[in-house]
Amino acid sequence: MRDPVIPIRAERPQPTSAFEYLSTKKDELVGWARKFSLFPYPFVTACCAMEFMAVSSSPYDTDRFGAALPRFSPRQSDLLMVVGTVNHKQAPILLKVYEQMCEPKWVIAFGVCATSGGFYQNYAALAGIDKIIPVDVYIPGCPPRPETVIDGIMKLQDKISRERHPILTKDF
Amino acid sequence: MPVLDRLQQSVAALAESAAQAHGVLVLQVAPAGVLPLVRRLKSDLGFDLLLDVTAIDWIGQAPRFEVVWHFYSTTDRVRVRVKARVTEQDPTVDSLVAHYGSARYMERECHEMYGIVFRGNDDLRPILLYEGFVGHPLRKDYPKRQEQPLIPYREGWE
Repeated sequence: MRDPVIPIRAERPQPTSAFEYLSTKKDELVGWARKFSLFPYPFVTACCAMEFMAVSSSPYDTDRFGAALPRFSPRQSDLLMVVGTVNHKQAPILLKVYEQMCEPKWVIAFGVCATSGGFYQNYAALAGIDKIIPVDVYIPGCPPRPETVIDGIMKLQDKISRERHPILTKDF
Repeated sequence: MPVLDRLQQSVAALAESAAQAHGVLVLQVAPAGVLPLVRRLKSDLGFDLLLDVTAIDWIGQAPRFEVVWHFYSTTDRVRVRVKARVTEQDPTVDSLVAHYGSARYMERECHEMYGIVFRGNDDLRPILLYEGFVGHPLRKDYPKRQEQPLIPYREGWE
């Protein structure tokens, strides 16, 4: 991938001690493992599903990014892909699915409806899933091109590899 | 004689007005005249399929709503549209559940979207909307952007 003109990569803080050094190396290792083993949960509600199938299958093939095997149980997945329009009647279901996923978890808003509601600005549609759950990557388009989706997955991988990966989470 | 002309002659007495538009026979009736007309259409003229129940909100006009039914005859392969005007104060028409079972669901949708009351349909719960939704979203005076979320938004969204 070509380097962006404006660097989006924040400089990593320099390690100041041996422990920091080891901890940073551990984060890099865990991040590297996690970014290549994404298990997506497809929350597919609308026509973007066609594009999701297209990007999953052979010509584009999300398997190359380790994000191939959809898990249809939120407990086994770590990437929630919200594909399509979410309306107010469905919003509690989406929230329940998100809450059932184990940490660490990431969310992709696939397509313009999941991102902002798109042209469904009315009584029925939820104008953007980020009103109820946090979103890591927004993929624009109606529907997005497969290249856009792959770019979004790579952006998410970048984000995962730059994250801290504590062994003990806040819930312990 | 074309089928529609024959039908038009045979039901003209039951309707306030009868005309043909775009290959469909259009019958305007009073709310009280819906059931007799539908009985005749179904039992004598072979209209065995109820295609749709919907309504139109003519906001600003005197009888504000117009309930619209579409029927199809599988023997003659023609359609009939029946229309009845109801007022805003009493938006009530007779239900067709006794004659067409599919009316049960279409009347539920029409009830939640427009607030039309179907006398005789005992199950007018929301079908596409949810319990607790206030108002009728397809009425012209429902605010276009008014949402009624079921769960609270995250911080930062009002």
